[in-house]
Amino acid sequence: MTEAVAHKRVSRRPNRLKLAPWLFLAPGLLMFLIYVLVPIVESFWISFHDWDGLGAMSWIGMGNYVELLDDDTFYVSLWNNLLWLVLYLLSIPAGLAVALFLNQNVAGIRIYKSMFFFPFVISQVVVGLIFTWFYAPGFGPLSVFLEWLTGDEIAILADERYVTYGIILAGLWPQTAYCMILYLAGLNNINSEQVEAARMDGAKGFSMLWHVILPQLRPATFIALVVTVIGSLRSFDLVSIMTAGGPYGSSQVLSYFMYEQALSEYGYRMGYGASIAVVLFLIMMVFITFFITRMLNQERNI
Amino acid sequence: MFPKPIQQSAPWARLTYKVLLPVALVLWLLPLIGVALTSVRPQGDLAAGNYFGIPSGFAGIENYTAVLTNSPIATYILNSFKVTVPTVIGAIALSCLTGFALAVYRFRFNLGIFFLFVAGNFIPFQILMVPVRDMTLRAGLYDTTLGLVLFHIAFQTGFCTLFMRNFIKGLPFALIESARVEGVSEWKIFRHIVLPLMRPAIAALAVLVFTFVWNDYFWATVLVQGQHAMPVTAGLYSLNGQWVAAWHLVSAGSIIAALPPVAMFFLMQKHFIAGLTLGATKG
Repeated sequence: MTEAVAHKRVSRRPNRLKLAPWLFLAPGLLMFLIYVLVPIVESFWISFHDWDGLGAMSWIGMGNYVELLDDDTFYVSLWNNLLWLVLYLLSIPAGLAVALFLNQNVAGIRIYKSMFFFPFVISQVVVGLIFTWFYAPGFGPLSVFLEWLTGDEIAILADERYVTYGIILAGLWPQTAYCMILYLAGLNNINSEQVEAARMDGAKGFSMLWHVILPQLRPATFIALVVTVIGSLRSFDLVSIMTAGGPYGSSQVLSYFMYEQALSEYGYRMGYGASIAVVLFLIMMVFITFFITRMLNQERNI
Repeated sequence: MFPKPIQQSAPWARLTYKVLLPVALVLWLLPLIGVALTSVRPQGDLAAGNYFGIPSGFAGIENYTAVLTNSPIATYILNSFKVTVPTVIGAIALSCLTGFALAVYRFRFNLGIFFLFVAGNFIPFQILMVPVRDMTLRAGLYDTTLGLVLFHIAFQTGFCTLFMRNFIKGLPFALIESARVEGVSEWKIFRHIVLPLMRPAIAALAVLVFTFVWNDYFWATVLVQGQHAMPVTAGLYSLNGQWVAAWHLVSAGSIIAALPPVAMFFLMQKHFIAGLTLGATKG
Protein backbone atom coordinates (compact mmCIF):
# COMPACT_ATOMS: atom_id res chain seq x y z
CA MET A 1 0.00 0.00 0.00
CA THR A 2 1.44 3.36 -0.98
CA GLU A 3 1.64 6.25 1.39
CA ALA A 4 -0.96 8.25 -0.54
CA VAL A 5 -3.58 5.48 -0.52
CA ALA A 6 -3.10 4.90 3.16
CA HIS A 7 -3.51 8.57 3.80
CA LYS A 8 -6.67 8.73 1.79
CA ARG A 9 -8.17 5.89 3.79
CA VAL A 10 -7.40 7.49 7.09
CA SER A 11 -8.83 10.80 6.04
CA ARG A 12 -12.01 9.14 4.83
CA ARG A 13 -12.55 7.28 8.05
CA PRO A 14 -14.30 9.95 10.11
CA ASN A 15 -16.96 10.29 7.42
CA ARG A 16 -17.34 6.58 7.15
CA LEU A 17 -17.83 6.31 10.90
CA LYS A 18 -20.45 9.03 10.79
CA LEU A 19 -22.55 7.43 8.11
CA ALA A 20 -22.16 3.78 9.10
CA PRO A 21 -24.39 3.79 12.21
CA TRP A 22 -27.27 5.27 10.23
CA LEU A 23 -26.96 2.67 7.51
CA PHE A 24 -27.06 -0.09 10.09
CA LEU A 25 -29.99 1.53 11.89
CA ALA A 26 -32.04 2.35 8.81
CA PRO A 27 -34.08 -0.84 8.26
CA GLY A 28 -34.93 -1.44 11.90
CA LEU A 29 -35.59 2.19 12.71
CA LEU A 30 -37.78 2.59 9.64
CA MET A 31 -39.98 -0.38 10.57
CA PHE A 32 -40.19 0.86 14.12
CA LEU A 33 -41.13 4.32 12.93
CA ILE A 34 -43.89 3.06 10.63
CA TYR A 35 -45.42 0.54 12.98
CA VAL A 36 -44.82 2.02 16.44
CA LEU A 37 -43.88 5.69 16.58
CA VAL A 38 -46.12 7.14 13.90
CA PRO A 39 -49.20 5.17 15.05
CA ILE A 40 -48.80 6.58 18.56
CA VAL A 41 -49.06 10.11 17.18
CA GLU A 42 -51.92 9.06 14.88
CA SER A 43 -53.85 7.64 17.82
CA PHE A 44 -53.66 10.96 19.62
CA TRP A 45 -54.94 12.63 16.45
CA ILE A 46 -57.79 10.15 15.96
CA SER A 47 -58.85 10.56 19.58
CA PHE A 48 -60.04 14.10 18.79
CA HIS A 49 -62.37 12.80 16.09
CA ASP A 50 -65.58 10.95 15.64
CA TRP A 51 -64.74 8.15 13.25
CA ASP A 52 -66.25 4.80 12.29
CA GLY A 53 -63.03 3.62 10.65
CA LEU A 54 -64.37 3.87 7.11
CA GLY A 55 -65.98 7.20 6.36
CA ALA A 56 -64.63 10.69 6.91
CA MET A 57 -63.32 11.74 10.30
CA SER A 58 -65.09 14.62 11.94
CA TRP A 59 -63.27 16.80 14.43
CA ILE A 60 -64.91 16.93 17.83
CA GLY A 61 -62.02 18.24 19.90
CA MET A 62 -62.16 16.96 23.47
CA GLY A 63 -65.60 15.42 22.83
CA ASN A 64 -64.45 11.83 23.30
CA TYR A 65 -62.66 12.67 26.53
CA VAL A 66 -65.68 14.51 27.89
CA GLU A 67 -67.85 11.51 27.08
CA LEU A 68 -65.32 9.25 28.79
CA LEU A 69 -65.67 11.21 32.01
CA ASP A 70 -69.37 10.41 31.98
CA ASP A 71 -68.96 6.73 31.16
CA ASP A 72 -69.44 4.38 34.11
CA THR A 73 -67.52 1.62 32.36
CA PHE A 74 -64.51 3.90 32.25
CA TYR A 75 -64.46 4.14 36.03
CA VAL A 76 -65.01 0.42 36.46
CA SER A 77 -62.05 -0.14 34.11
CA LEU A 78 -59.83 2.28 35.98
CA TRP A 79 -60.68 0.67 39.29
CA ASN A 80 -60.04 -2.80 37.90
CA ASN A 81 -56.74 -1.68 36.40
CA LEU A 82 -55.75 -0.47 39.85
CA LEU A 83 -56.77 -3.83 41.35
CA TRP A 84 -54.71 -5.61 38.70
CA LEU A 85 -51.73 -3.39 39.40
CA VAL A 86 -51.78 -3.93 43.17
CA LEU A 87 -52.61 -7.63 43.21
CA TYR A 88 -50.33 -8.50 40.31
CA LEU A 89 -47.41 -7.25 42.40
CA LEU A 90 -47.97 -10.27 44.66
CA SER A 91 -46.26 -12.31 41.98
CA ILE A 92 -42.94 -10.72 43.01
CA PRO A 93 -42.81 -12.01 46.61
CA ALA A 94 -44.48 -15.23 45.46
CA GLY A 95 -41.83 -15.69 42.78
CA LEU A 96 -39.10 -15.02 45.32
CA ALA A 97 -40.61 -17.60 47.68
CA VAL A 98 -40.72 -20.27 44.98
CA ALA A 99 -37.17 -19.38 43.90
CA LEU A 100 -35.89 -19.73 47.47
CA PHE A 101 -37.67 -23.05 47.77
CA LEU A 102 -36.08 -24.36 44.58
CA ASN A 103 -32.59 -22.93 45.07
CA GLN A 104 -31.01 -26.20 46.21
CA ASN A 105 -28.59 -28.68 44.75
CA VAL A 106 -30.46 -31.94 44.86
CA ALA A 107 -30.85 -34.57 42.20
CA GLY A 108 -33.24 -33.52 39.44
CA ILE A 109 -33.64 -29.94 40.63
CA ARG A 110 -33.03 -28.55 37.16
CA ILE A 111 -36.04 -30.43 35.85
CA TYR A 112 -38.11 -29.11 38.75
CA LYS A 113 -37.06 -25.56 38.01
CA SER A 114 -38.04 -25.80 34.38
CA MET A 115 -41.34 -27.51 35.17
CA PHE A 116 -42.17 -24.67 37.55
CA PHE A 117 -41.53 -22.27 34.71
CA PHE A 118 -44.04 -24.00 32.45
CA PRO A 119 -47.04 -21.70 33.01
CA PHE A 120 -45.10 -18.80 31.52
CA VAL A 121 -44.28 -20.63 28.30
CA ILE A 122 -47.83 -21.46 27.34
CA SER A 123 -50.23 -18.95 25.82
CA GLN A 124 -52.52 -16.89 28.02
CA VAL A 125 -55.35 -18.16 25.87
CA VAL A 126 -54.66 -21.66 27.13
CA VAL A 127 -54.22 -20.37 30.70
CA GLY A 128 -57.54 -18.54 30.41
CA LEU A 129 -59.37 -21.60 29.13
CA ILE A 130 -57.88 -23.77 31.87
CA PHE A 131 -58.90 -21.41 34.65
CA THR A 132 -62.38 -20.85 33.24
CA TRP A 133 -62.82 -24.54 33.50
CA PHE A 134 -61.38 -24.65 37.01
CA TYR A 135 -63.90 -22.04 38.09
CA ALA A 136 -66.85 -23.78 36.43
CA PRO A 137 -69.65 -23.99 39.00
CA GLY A 138 -70.58 -27.48 40.06
CA PHE A 139 -67.51 -29.39 38.94
CA GLY A 140 -64.50 -27.07 38.63
CA PRO A 141 -61.94 -27.98 41.32
CA LEU A 142 -61.54 -24.39 42.54
CA SER A 143 -65.26 -23.96 42.64
CA VAL A 144 -65.74 -27.26 44.49
CA PHE A 145 -63.01 -26.25 46.93
CA LEU A 146 -64.66 -22.90 47.60
CA GLU A 147 -68.00 -24.58 48.12
CA TRP A 148 -66.44 -26.92 50.64
CA LEU A 149 -64.80 -23.95 52.36
CA THR A 150 -67.78 -21.63 52.52
CA GLY A 151 -70.74 -23.93 52.12
CA ASP A 152 -71.97 -21.80 49.24
CA GLU A 153 -71.72 -22.41 45.55
CA ILE A 154 -69.96 -19.41 44.04
CA ALA A 155 -69.84 -18.90 40.29
CA ILE A 156 -66.70 -16.79 40.38
CA LEU A 157 -66.69 -15.63 36.78
CA ALA A 158 -70.40 -14.86 36.79
CA ASP A 159 -70.34 -12.91 40.03
CA GLU A 160 -69.65 -9.19 39.79
CA ARG A 161 -68.01 -9.18 43.22
CA TYR A 162 -65.39 -11.85 42.50
CA VAL A 163 -64.87 -11.95 38.78
CA THR A 164 -61.85 -9.62 38.60
CA TYR A 165 -60.11 -11.39 41.47
CA GLY A 166 -60.70 -14.68 39.69
CA ILE A 167 -59.07 -13.44 36.50
CA ILE A 168 -56.15 -11.87 38.36
CA LEU A 169 -55.50 -15.16 40.15
CA ALA A 170 -55.19 -16.84 36.75
CA GLY A 171 -52.75 -14.11 35.70
CA LEU A 172 -50.65 -14.53 38.83
CA TRP A 173 -49.87 -18.10 37.90
CA PRO A 174 -47.65 -17.41 34.84
CA GLN A 175 -46.39 -14.12 36.25
CA THR A 176 -45.12 -15.81 39.43
CA ALA A 177 -43.28 -18.28 37.25
CA TYR A 178 -41.61 -15.41 35.43
CA CYS A 179 -40.54 -13.67 38.65
CA MET A 180 -39.27 -16.99 39.97
CA ILE A 181 -36.92 -17.36 37.01
CA LEU A 182 -35.61 -13.82 37.48
CA TYR A 183 -34.90 -14.52 41.14
CA LEU A 184 -33.33 -17.91 40.46
CA ALA A 185 -30.87 -16.20 38.12
CA GLY A 186 -30.22 -13.54 40.75
CA LEU A 187 -29.69 -16.10 43.50
CA ASN A 188 -27.24 -17.89 41.27
CA ASN A 189 -25.03 -14.80 41.30
CA ILE A 190 -25.14 -14.10 45.02
CA ASN A 191 -21.74 -13.32 46.51
CA SER A 192 -21.12 -16.42 48.62
CA GLU A 193 -18.31 -14.84 50.65
CA GLN A 194 -20.64 -12.16 51.89
CA VAL A 195 -23.21 -14.78 52.79
CA GLU A 196 -20.65 -16.83 54.68
CA ALA A 197 -19.35 -13.74 56.49
CA ALA A 198 -22.87 -12.80 57.51
CA ARG A 199 -23.43 -16.36 58.68
CA MET A 200 -20.34 -16.08 60.89
CA ASP A 201 -21.88 -12.97 62.40
CA GLY A 202 -24.93 -15.01 63.27
CA ALA A 203 -27.29 -13.80 60.56
CA LYS A 204 -29.75 -16.36 59.34
CA GLY A 205 -33.26 -16.90 58.11
CA PHE A 206 -35.29 -13.77 57.56
CA SER A 207 -32.69 -11.26 58.76
CA MET A 208 -30.14 -12.75 56.38
CA LEU A 209 -32.68 -12.56 53.56
CA TRP A 210 -33.62 -8.98 54.34
CA HIS A 211 -30.19 -7.48 55.04
CA VAL A 212 -27.82 -9.53 52.90
CA ILE A 213 -29.67 -11.32 50.13
CA LEU A 214 -32.35 -8.86 49.01
CA PRO A 215 -29.92 -5.94 48.49
CA GLN A 216 -27.95 -8.20 46.18
CA LEU A 217 -31.12 -9.17 44.36
CA ARG A 218 -32.04 -5.58 43.55
CA PRO A 219 -31.46 -5.89 39.79
CA ALA A 220 -33.76 -8.92 39.68
CA THR A 221 -36.38 -7.11 41.76
CA PHE A 222 -36.21 -4.11 39.45
CA ILE A 223 -36.79 -6.18 36.31
CA ALA A 224 -39.56 -8.13 38.05
CA LEU A 225 -41.20 -4.83 39.00
CA VAL A 226 -40.98 -3.50 35.46
CA VAL A 227 -42.44 -6.57 33.78
CA THR A 228 -45.13 -7.00 36.42
CA VAL A 229 -46.37 -3.40 36.41
CA ILE A 230 -46.39 -3.23 32.62
CA GLY A 231 -47.96 -6.68 32.40
CA SER A 232 -50.75 -5.73 34.79
CA LEU A 233 -51.69 -2.63 32.80
CA ARG A 234 -51.54 -4.57 29.56
CA SER A 235 -53.84 -7.33 30.78
CA PHE A 236 -56.03 -8.14 27.83
CA ASP A 237 -55.89 -11.79 26.87
CA LEU A 238 -57.26 -13.23 30.09
CA VAL A 239 -60.11 -10.72 30.34
CA SER A 240 -61.01 -11.35 26.73
CA ILE A 241 -60.89 -15.15 27.03
CA MET A 242 -62.43 -15.62 30.45
CA THR A 243 -65.26 -13.06 30.56
CA ALA A 244 -65.06 -10.58 27.68
CA GLY A 245 -65.39 -7.90 30.34
CA GLY A 246 -68.55 -9.32 31.84
CA PRO A 247 -70.77 -9.88 33.66
CA TYR A 248 -72.28 -6.46 32.90
CA GLY A 249 -68.87 -4.92 32.30
CA SER A 250 -67.74 -5.66 35.85
CA SER A 251 -64.39 -7.18 34.83
CA GLN A 252 -63.55 -4.49 32.28
CA VAL A 253 -60.05 -3.08 32.08
CA LEU A 254 -58.94 -0.17 29.92
CA SER A 255 -57.24 -2.35 27.32
CA TYR A 256 -60.30 -4.50 26.72
CA PHE A 257 -62.73 -1.59 26.98
CA MET A 258 -60.81 0.17 24.22
CA TYR A 259 -60.86 -2.90 21.99
CA GLU A 260 -64.57 -3.38 22.54
CA GLN A 261 -65.40 0.24 21.71
CA ALA A 262 -63.27 0.31 18.58
CA LEU A 263 -63.95 -3.13 17.15
CA SER A 264 -67.12 -4.67 18.42
CA GLU A 265 -70.59 -5.45 17.30
CA TYR A 266 -71.78 -2.26 19.01
CA GLY A 267 -70.27 -0.29 16.15
CA TYR A 268 -66.82 0.86 15.26
CA ARG A 269 -66.07 3.86 17.44
CA MET A 270 -62.44 4.39 16.51
CA GLY A 271 -62.17 7.91 17.93
CA TYR A 272 -63.65 6.93 21.27
CA GLY A 273 -61.47 3.83 21.38
CA ALA A 274 -58.42 5.91 20.60
CA SER A 275 -59.19 8.27 23.48
CA ILE A 276 -59.30 5.29 25.89
CA ALA A 277 -56.00 4.08 24.43
CA VAL A 278 -54.51 7.52 24.99
CA VAL A 279 -55.53 7.46 28.65
CA LEU A 280 -54.01 4.00 29.08
CA PHE A 281 -50.89 5.17 27.26
CA LEU A 282 -50.50 8.22 29.52
CA ILE A 283 -50.91 6.11 32.66
CA MET A 284 -48.32 3.71 31.33
CA MET A 285 -45.97 6.54 30.41
CA VAL A 286 -45.76 7.55 34.07
CA PHE A 287 -44.30 4.14 34.86
CA ILE A 288 -42.24 3.88 31.69
CA THR A 289 -40.65 7.28 32.30
CA PHE A 290 -39.78 6.25 35.83
CA PHE A 291 -38.26 2.95 34.70
CA ILE A 292 -36.38 4.48 31.77
CA THR A 293 -34.91 7.25 33.91
CA ARG A 294 -33.57 4.65 36.27
CA MET A 295 -32.11 2.58 33.47
CA LEU A 296 -30.62 5.68 31.90
CA ASN A 297 -28.88 6.62 35.14
CA GLN A 298 -27.47 3.12 35.37
CA GLU A 299 -26.27 3.39 31.79
CA ARG A 300 -24.51 6.68 32.48
CA ASN A 301 -22.77 5.29 35.54
CA ILE A 302 -21.05 2.53 33.62
CA MET B 1 -25.49 -19.95 48.80
CA PHE B 2 -28.86 -18.97 50.14
CA PRO B 3 -30.91 -20.56 51.52
CA LYS B 4 -28.53 -22.93 53.34
CA PRO B 5 -27.91 -26.10 51.32
CA ILE B 6 -30.38 -28.73 52.40
CA GLN B 7 -27.52 -31.25 52.60
CA GLN B 8 -26.30 -29.43 55.71
CA SER B 9 -29.66 -29.76 57.43
CA ALA B 10 -30.94 -32.43 59.75
CA PRO B 11 -32.03 -35.69 58.12
CA TRP B 12 -35.71 -35.01 58.80
CA ALA B 13 -35.47 -31.65 57.01
CA ARG B 14 -33.84 -33.30 54.02
CA LEU B 15 -36.55 -35.91 53.91
CA THR B 16 -39.28 -33.27 54.20
CA TYR B 17 -37.75 -31.32 51.34
CA LYS B 18 -37.57 -34.41 49.14
CA VAL B 19 -41.23 -35.14 49.78
CA LEU B 20 -42.33 -31.54 49.46
CA LEU B 21 -40.68 -31.02 46.10
CA PRO B 22 -42.90 -33.31 44.01
CA VAL B 23 -46.00 -32.40 46.03
CA ALA B 24 -45.43 -28.71 45.34
CA LEU B 25 -44.84 -29.40 41.66
CA VAL B 26 -48.07 -31.36 41.30
CA LEU B 27 -50.03 -28.60 43.05
CA TRP B 28 -48.35 -25.95 40.91
CA LEU B 29 -49.08 -27.76 37.66
CA LEU B 30 -52.51 -29.02 38.70
CA PRO B 31 -54.26 -26.92 36.04
CA LEU B 32 -52.05 -28.39 33.33
CA ILE B 33 -52.30 -31.92 34.65
CA GLY B 34 -56.07 -31.55 34.61
CA VAL B 35 -56.00 -30.52 30.98
CA ALA B 36 -53.61 -33.30 30.00
CA LEU B 37 -55.80 -35.91 31.69
CA THR B 38 -58.97 -34.53 30.17
CA SER B 39 -57.48 -34.56 26.72
CA VAL B 40 -57.33 -38.37 26.92
CA ARG B 41 -60.69 -38.80 28.67
CA PRO B 42 -63.45 -40.68 26.85
CA GLN B 43 -66.44 -38.53 26.04
CA GLY B 44 -68.65 -40.72 28.23
CA ASP B 45 -66.76 -39.56 31.33
CA LEU B 46 -67.88 -36.00 30.79
CA ALA B 47 -71.48 -37.01 30.35
CA ALA B 48 -71.25 -39.02 33.58
CA GLY B 49 -69.85 -36.02 35.45
CA ASN B 50 -66.35 -37.46 35.79
CA TYR B 51 -64.53 -34.24 34.94
CA PHE B 52 -61.50 -34.45 37.16
CA GLY B 53 -61.36 -38.03 38.40
CA ILE B 54 -59.26 -40.79 36.89
CA PRO B 55 -60.32 -41.29 33.25
CA SER B 56 -62.32 -44.46 32.82
CA GLY B 57 -60.26 -45.34 29.77
CA PHE B 58 -57.69 -43.96 27.38
CA ALA B 59 -59.26 -42.05 24.52
CA GLY B 60 -56.28 -39.93 23.65
CA ILE B 61 -56.00 -41.21 20.11
CA GLU B 62 -59.70 -40.63 19.35
CA ASN B 63 -59.71 -37.17 20.89
CA TYR B 64 -56.57 -35.92 19.22
CA THR B 65 -57.57 -37.41 15.87
CA ALA B 66 -60.98 -35.79 16.18
CA VAL B 67 -59.43 -32.40 16.86
CA LEU B 68 -56.96 -32.67 14.03
CA THR B 69 -59.39 -33.96 11.42
CA ASN B 70 -62.75 -32.40 12.36
CA SER B 71 -61.50 -28.91 13.10
CA PRO B 72 -59.33 -26.39 11.27
CA ILE B 73 -56.69 -26.60 14.02
CA ALA B 74 -54.07 -27.99 11.64
CA THR B 75 -54.57 -24.90 9.45
CA TYR B 76 -54.30 -22.67 12.51
CA ILE B 77 -51.06 -24.34 13.56
CA LEU B 78 -49.67 -23.93 10.07
CA ASN B 79 -50.69 -20.25 10.11
CA SER B 80 -48.92 -19.78 13.42
CA PHE B 81 -45.75 -21.15 11.87
CA LYS B 82 -46.23 -18.89 8.85
CA VAL B 83 -46.36 -15.93 11.19
CA THR B 84 -43.77 -16.97 13.73
CA VAL B 85 -40.88 -18.21 11.60
CA PRO B 86 -40.55 -15.16 9.30
CA THR B 87 -40.97 -12.88 12.30
CA VAL B 88 -38.13 -14.56 14.15
CA ILE B 89 -35.86 -14.25 11.12
CA GLY B 90 -36.85 -10.66 10.35
CA ALA B 91 -36.70 -9.30 13.87
CA ILE B 92 -33.34 -10.90 14.55
CA ALA B 93 -31.84 -9.70 11.28
CA LEU B 94 -32.95 -6.12 11.87
CA SER B 95 -31.94 -6.08 15.52
CA CYS B 96 -28.48 -7.47 14.79
CA LEU B 97 -27.96 -4.37 12.64
CA THR B 98 -29.51 -1.88 15.06
CA GLY B 99 -27.82 -3.47 18.06
CA PHE B 100 -24.47 -3.26 16.28
CA ALA B 101 -24.98 0.39 15.39
CA LEU B 102 -25.97 1.34 18.92
CA ALA B 103 -23.22 -0.64 20.63
CA VAL B 104 -20.25 0.17 18.44
CA TYR B 105 -20.60 3.77 17.26
CA ARG B 106 -20.57 7.00 19.17
CA PHE B 107 -22.94 9.47 17.59
CA ARG B 108 -25.54 11.99 18.58
CA PHE B 109 -28.89 10.50 19.57
CA ASN B 110 -27.28 7.14 20.28
CA LEU B 111 -28.73 6.75 23.78
CA GLY B 112 -31.88 8.55 22.66
CA ILE B 113 -32.61 6.03 19.93
CA PHE B 114 -31.69 3.16 22.19
CA PHE B 115 -34.19 4.25 24.81
CA LEU B 116 -36.79 4.89 22.16
CA PHE B 117 -36.61 1.19 21.30
CA VAL B 118 -36.66 0.24 24.97
CA ALA B 119 -39.65 2.46 25.70
CA GLY B 120 -41.47 1.26 22.60
CA ASN B 121 -41.32 -2.17 24.10
CA PHE B 122 -43.39 -1.25 27.11
CA ILE B 123 -46.23 0.70 25.52
CA PRO B 124 -49.78 -0.65 25.53
CA PHE B 125 -50.73 -2.26 22.23
CA GLN B 126 -54.03 -0.39 22.22
CA ILE B 127 -52.34 2.88 21.31
CA LEU B 128 -51.18 1.24 18.07
CA MET B 129 -54.31 -0.72 17.33
CA VAL B 130 -56.47 1.66 15.30
CA PRO B 131 -53.71 3.11 13.09
CA VAL B 132 -51.97 -0.23 12.49
CA ARG B 133 -55.24 -1.93 11.63
CA ASP B 134 -56.15 0.90 9.31
CA MET B 135 -52.74 0.87 7.64
CA THR B 136 -52.89 -2.92 7.21
CA LEU B 137 -56.35 -2.63 5.65
CA ARG B 138 -55.24 0.06 3.23
CA ALA B 139 -52.14 -1.92 2.24
CA GLY B 140 -54.38 -4.88 1.41
CA LEU B 141 -52.67 -6.97 4.08
CA TYR B 142 -55.64 -7.30 6.42
CA ASP B 143 -56.52 -10.94 7.04
CA THR B 144 -53.16 -12.20 5.78
CA THR B 145 -50.28 -13.72 7.68
CA LEU B 146 -47.94 -11.18 6.06
CA GLY B 147 -49.80 -8.34 7.75
CA LEU B 148 -49.15 -9.96 11.12
CA VAL B 149 -45.54 -10.72 10.26
CA LEU B 150 -44.70 -7.12 9.36
CA PHE B 151 -46.17 -5.74 12.55
CA HIS B 152 -44.52 -8.36 14.75
CA ILE B 153 -41.12 -7.79 13.12
CA ALA B 154 -41.34 -4.06 13.78
CA PHE B 155 -42.47 -4.47 17.36
CA GLN B 156 -40.11 -7.30 18.31
CA THR B 157 -37.18 -5.38 16.81
CA GLY B 158 -37.56 -2.97 19.73
CA PHE B 159 -37.14 -5.68 22.30
CA CYS B 160 -34.39 -7.46 20.38
CA THR B 161 -32.41 -4.26 19.91
CA LEU B 162 -32.17 -3.82 23.67
CA PHE B 163 -30.81 -7.33 23.99
CA MET B 164 -28.44 -7.24 21.02
CA ARG B 165 -26.99 -3.87 21.92
CA ASN B 166 -26.19 -4.94 25.48
CA PHE B 167 -24.73 -8.19 24.24
CA ILE B 168 -22.43 -6.51 21.71
CA LYS B 169 -21.41 -3.95 24.33
CA GLY B 170 -20.05 -6.86 26.33
CA LEU B 171 -17.81 -8.06 23.50
CA PRO B 172 -14.15 -6.96 23.54
CA PHE B 173 -14.04 -3.68 21.65
CA ALA B 174 -10.31 -4.07 20.89
CA LEU B 175 -11.29 -6.63 18.27
CA ILE B 176 -13.19 -4.00 16.32
CA GLU B 177 -10.56 -1.31 16.87
CA SER B 178 -7.77 -3.43 15.49
CA ALA B 179 -9.80 -4.40 12.43
CA ARG B 180 -10.43 -0.73 11.75
CA VAL B 181 -6.75 0.03 11.96
CA GLU B 182 -6.25 -2.71 9.38
CA GLY B 183 -8.70 -0.87 7.13
CA VAL B 184 -11.47 -3.51 7.23
CA SER B 185 -14.78 -2.03 6.12
CA GLU B 186 -17.51 -1.52 8.71
CA TRP B 187 -19.81 -4.02 6.99
CA LYS B 188 -17.09 -6.67 7.02
CA ILE B 189 -16.40 -5.98 10.69
CA PHE B 190 -20.07 -6.59 11.36
CA ARG B 191 -20.37 -9.60 9.08
CA HIS B 192 -17.13 -11.44 9.84
CA ILE B 193 -16.09 -10.37 13.32
CA VAL B 194 -19.17 -9.46 15.33
CA LEU B 195 -21.89 -11.63 13.82
CA PRO B 196 -20.11 -14.96 14.48
CA LEU B 197 -19.74 -13.96 18.12
CA MET B 198 -23.43 -13.24 18.42
CA ARG B 199 -24.60 -16.83 18.12
CA PRO B 200 -25.67 -17.21 21.75
CA ALA B 201 -27.63 -13.95 21.60
CA ILE B 202 -29.29 -15.00 18.37
CA ALA B 203 -30.24 -18.35 19.82
CA ALA B 204 -31.68 -16.73 22.95
CA LEU B 205 -33.72 -14.23 20.99
CA ALA B 206 -34.93 -16.79 18.48
CA VAL B 207 -36.63 -18.84 21.21
CA LEU B 208 -37.99 -15.81 23.01
CA VAL B 209 -39.44 -14.17 19.93
CA PHE B 210 -40.83 -17.51 18.80
CA THR B 211 -42.65 -17.91 22.11
CA PHE B 212 -43.93 -14.33 22.29
CA VAL B 213 -45.23 -14.30 18.75
CA TRP B 214 -46.67 -17.79 18.88
CA ASN B 215 -48.60 -16.87 22.02
CA ASP B 216 -49.82 -13.52 20.72
CA TYR B 217 -53.56 -13.26 20.84
CA PHE B 218 -54.30 -9.55 20.61
CA TRP B 219 -52.91 -8.88 17.15
CA ALA B 220 -54.25 -12.16 15.88
CA THR B 221 -57.75 -10.88 16.64
CA VAL B 222 -57.12 -7.33 15.41
CA LEU B 223 -55.42 -8.04 12.09
CA VAL B 224 -57.02 -11.34 11.09
CA GLN B 225 -60.57 -12.48 10.71
CA GLY B 226 -60.78 -15.58 8.58
CA GLN B 227 -59.77 -19.16 9.14
CA HIS B 228 -57.22 -19.12 6.34
CA ALA B 229 -54.86 -16.74 8.17
CA MET B 230 -55.84 -17.13 11.83
CA PRO B 231 -53.09 -18.28 14.23
CA VAL B 232 -53.77 -21.05 16.71
CA THR B 233 -54.33 -18.79 19.73
CA ALA B 234 -57.29 -17.00 18.20
CA GLY B 235 -58.38 -20.22 16.47
CA LEU B 236 -58.48 -22.12 19.73
CA TYR B 237 -60.68 -19.47 21.27
CA SER B 238 -63.15 -19.60 18.43
CA LEU B 239 -63.20 -23.42 18.61
CA ASN B 240 -63.93 -23.15 22.31
CA GLY B 241 -67.09 -21.29 21.38
CA GLN B 242 -68.18 -24.08 19.05
CA TRP B 243 -67.35 -26.99 21.30
CA VAL B 244 -69.57 -26.06 24.19
CA ALA B 245 -68.88 -28.47 27.06
CA ALA B 246 -66.69 -30.68 24.84
CA TRP B 247 -63.87 -30.22 27.31
CA HIS B 248 -61.98 -33.26 26.11
CA LEU B 249 -61.66 -31.64 22.66
CA VAL B 250 -60.83 -28.19 24.02
CA SER B 251 -58.15 -29.78 26.19
CA ALA B 252 -56.62 -31.69 23.31
CA GLY B 253 -56.64 -28.49 21.25
CA SER B 254 -54.97 -26.57 24.07
CA ILE B 255 -52.24 -29.16 24.36
CA ILE B 256 -51.63 -29.07 20.62
CA ALA B 257 -51.46 -25.26 20.66
CA ALA B 258 -49.07 -25.21 23.61
CA LEU B 259 -46.74 -27.89 22.28
CA PRO B 260 -44.47 -25.91 19.89
CA PRO B 261 -43.36 -23.23 22.39
CA VAL B 262 -43.00 -25.83 25.12
CA ALA B 263 -40.85 -28.01 22.85
CA MET B 264 -38.83 -24.95 21.89
CA PHE B 265 -38.33 -24.11 25.55
CA PHE B 266 -37.08 -27.58 26.40
CA LEU B 267 -34.72 -27.73 23.44
CA MET B 268 -33.23 -24.31 24.05
CA GLN B 269 -33.80 -23.90 27.77
CA LYS B 270 -30.41 -22.42 28.56
CA HIS B 271 -30.74 -19.73 25.92
CA PHE B 272 -34.36 -19.02 26.74
CA ILE B 273 -33.58 -18.29 30.37
CA ALA B 274 -30.45 -16.32 29.49
CA GLY B 275 -32.64 -14.09 27.33
CA LEU B 276 -35.35 -13.55 29.93
CA THR B 277 -33.02 -12.85 32.81
CA LEU B 278 -30.91 -10.38 30.89
CA GLY B 279 -30.23 -7.54 33.27
CA ALA B 280 -31.56 -9.39 36.29
CA THR B 281 -28.10 -10.35 37.50
CA LYS B 282 -26.04 -7.24 37.04
CA GLY B 283 -26.36 -3.57 37.72
